[in-house]
Amino acid sequence: MSELVVQALRKSFGPTEVLAGIDLTVPSGSLAAVLGPSGCGKTTLLRIVAGFERPDDGAVELAGRTVASRSVDLPPEKRRIGIVPQEGALFPHLSVDRNVGYGLRRGADRGRVAEVLELVGLAGYGDRMPHELSGGQQQRVAVARALAPRPSLILLDEPFSSLDTGLRAEVRADVRAALSADGATAVLVTHDQEEALSTADLVAVMRAGRMVQAASPRGLYLAPADLGVANFVGDTVLLDGTLSGRCAVTALGALAVRAPMPAGSAVRVVVRPEQLVLTADGDGVSARVRDQVFFGHDALVHLELSDGAVVTARSLDAAWAQPGLDVRLAVRGEVTCFSSQ
Amino acid sequence: MPARRRARGRLPLGLSVAALIAAAIAVLPLVYLAIRAGQLNAARVMDVLSRVRSFEQLGRSVLLAAVVTMGSLVLGVGSAWVVARTDVPLRRLWAVLAALPLAVPTYVAAYAWVAAIPNIAGFGGAALVLTVCCYPYVYLPVVATLRGVDPAWEEASRSAGVGPVGTFRRVTLRQIRPAAAAGSLLVALYVISDFGSVSILRYETLTVGIYRSFTNNPFDRTAPVVLSGLLVVVTAIIVIAEARSRGRGRYSRLGGGAARPAAVVPLGGRRTPVLAGMTALSALALGVPAASLAFWLVIGRSGEMDVPEIFTAAATSAGLAAGGAVVTTVLALPVGLLAARHAGWFPRLMERAAYVGHAVPGVVVGLSLVFFAVNYAFGLYQSVPLVLFAYAVLFLPLAVAGVHASAAQSPPALEEVARSLGSPPRQVLRRVTLPLAAPGIAAAAVLVFITCIKELTATLMLQPTGTSTLATELWTQTSVRAYAAAAPYAALLVLLSAVPAYLLGRRSHRWGVRHE
Repeated sequence: MSELVVQALRKSFGPTEVLAGIDLTVPSGSLAAVLGPSGCGKTTLLRIVAGFERPDDGAVELAGRTVASRSVDLPPEKRRIGIVPQEGALFPHLSVDRNVGYGLRRGADRGRVAEVLELVGLAGYGDRMPHELSGGQQQRVAVARALAPRPSLILLDEPFSSLDTGLRAEVRADVRAALSADGATAVLVTHDQEEALSTADLVAVMRAGRMVQAASPRGLYLAPADLGVANFVGDTVLLDGTLSGRCAVTALGALAVRAPMPAGSAVRVVVRPEQLVLTADGDGVSARVRDQVFFGHDALVHLELSDGAVVTARSLDAAWAQPGLDVRLAVRGEVTCFSSQ
Repeated sequence: MPARRRARGRLPLGLSVAALIAAAIAVLPLVYLAIRAGQLNAARVMDVLSRVRSFEQLGRSVLLAAVVTMGSLVLGVGSAWVVARTDVPLRRLWAVLAALPLAVPTYVAAYAWVAAIPNIAGFGGAALVLTVCCYPYVYLPVVATLRGVDPAWEEASRSAGVGPVGTFRRVTLRQIRPAAAAGSLLVALYVISDFGSVSILRYETLTVGIYRSFTNNPFDRTAPVVLSGLLVVVTAIIVIAEARSRGRGRYSRLGGGAARPAAVVPLGGRRTPVLAGMTALSALALGVPAASLAFWLVIGRSGEMDVPEIFTAAATSAGLAAGGAVVTTVLALPVGLLAARHAGWFPRLMERAAYVGHAVPGVVVGLSLVFFAVNYAFGLYQSVPLVLFAYAVLFLPLAVAGVHASAAQSPPALEEVARSLGSPPRQVLRRVTLPLAAPGIAAAAVLVFITCIKELTATLMLQPTGTSTLATELWTQTSVRAYAAAAPYAALLVLLSAVPAYLLGRRSHRWGVRHE
């Protein structure tokens, strides 16, 4: 398997610039997620890599070979890139076996069909027709079909968005396992931050045709490149503060800062709701409970600080925090700051 | 992301060349006619144009088209409203019966009427027969619209204080107007192009005039060409009007499946007259032709029926129609596939060209091909290939619509997946696109087959000497008033035409005009 390198990719449709210079490197054998809101250009990026669109400028390299640039346009069938489209797009007139075997040369090793079906947990389903499968099974077949010819790269275009929540996590985990069992390099396009963080080795955030940040899921969540990324990959509590040494002084007290910045400057401080610790009479500043939203596995508690600001804390056990109650609020761990300018 | 499909690429060369050939065939009769017209002697053209007879024929065509269109509009909208919105008894039965006249070729209906009441020949008969045969062109799109309209609009109007009559006028009528307009224009186009029924009912319109001037004096090449030019101009006006009315959008289809059916209007005391009206309409459109046909079939049986001759005609019809279906579908494939899969001016132009047959009457196509063969390919004159050529020109729109629709149904994502799995475009066509479109293409071919069987005018002008089809034999027997001898041909034609009417009904009026 092999490395994907995208360099300075540009693409416009008429007057609309959809990709404004995209760089992305996906190491061999890893799974990268391209994360962004709809309309950010991520699907266009995918289609250019697959060979369904031509870039205006820039280059796509796969396993050291240029497959698309201003002068090169390798047709899709020569690129050895498998795709898994949104709704699976199984060939409705072919059985599961023949769908999976579509990309294999005639007389090629038919054992490969059984092998990849086994990999996605559908051994023995070969004789079914696509309409006889559930949505999740269809997606698994689509993944098996893309894997079968051992492509250099697999592209997944929001492949789980049509599945309902419960099923989605399960199919996602199984597909992840199948991809790594086969050693595949893969790019997953999604607008679902939870999906990107939980599935990928590398998450690349796109916004308005630009790559904003590419990092490991943990790095992205803990050290977002800007406020937009911070908001996009998770819930945030935003506070104004002033830097002093390695601390930011805020309404929640002096908070440890992850990356040092010049002292004295005014900053916006990003705190994750789960960093806020709620106690009846422990450390921290005082706050009054306004209300809470219960989710089952946890709850979000809205609290009013002494200066009138409202913050949100995620709490596993907040049954006692009734509205109107005065509590103590502390911050656990380091926080991220951005310059206010 | 908005889907920017159909974006990649150059047009496939092979498919483009094939589409170009099909388009050239489709426009050849019209182009050749124009060339011939350009070569005519101006004085003789003026001579034909200044004949009182030419103007009478043109006037009759226009008058008949106007009267039949108005009548169809009233009957079509009225019966659609009764079927879709009232508590008339036997509603489902009326819904089926109102669409059924499409199953009867108009010249068969004309035969049945004239065989029952010989005096009916003339303007009155032609107007009556064509109206009761053609009103389903209005009825079908209007009833589909009425069923699709969200009743919330009408309810909103009612709750805004507008009464039921005002609501019908200001809301309902406005919604069905595009569908009714498109249907009416189809009726007008049909009547203007029709040759079979007006010739049987002895009402000399422009089409009959062209045919007469062609058969009466084969050496006069001026009159038929000039008259054909007139006819083409009139049909072109109607076709342009139709394209505009359709371009304005909302052509009968309004969203997928309205949530609730609209409230039913209780007819109350008007129930009896409405029921009587629906009964009378069905009796005129279906009852009279059926009774007349049955009567003459029985008479014919008591006399001697020429079974071998009927069999020969049926076999000729089937053979020509099969050839026509194959040729037409094969020509339609590249045009339809190209239009369904590629954007740009070339595929659009090819598809437009293929639709020329939709607007050119059979008599004009026949005439042009006769002159063409006589001048350039005498060996083809009165030969089977020339008949098939005419069928291809006339019915290419039908086949292209079928191919385009069925190819468009398979999502482009499937073809992209196939490409990514290593198939070059040609292989994708063979392994994915064509297998998926096959049922739709086969349905289109069957539709063309049956429409060819019903074709009368061009077949009459081009068929090899000594042969005849079901349609031309019916016409010949009727023109010598051998009504009993004509009956078996009429019965067979009705039987064979019932199938496309069923298809048309199910596809709710997607494929427009019928040609006979």
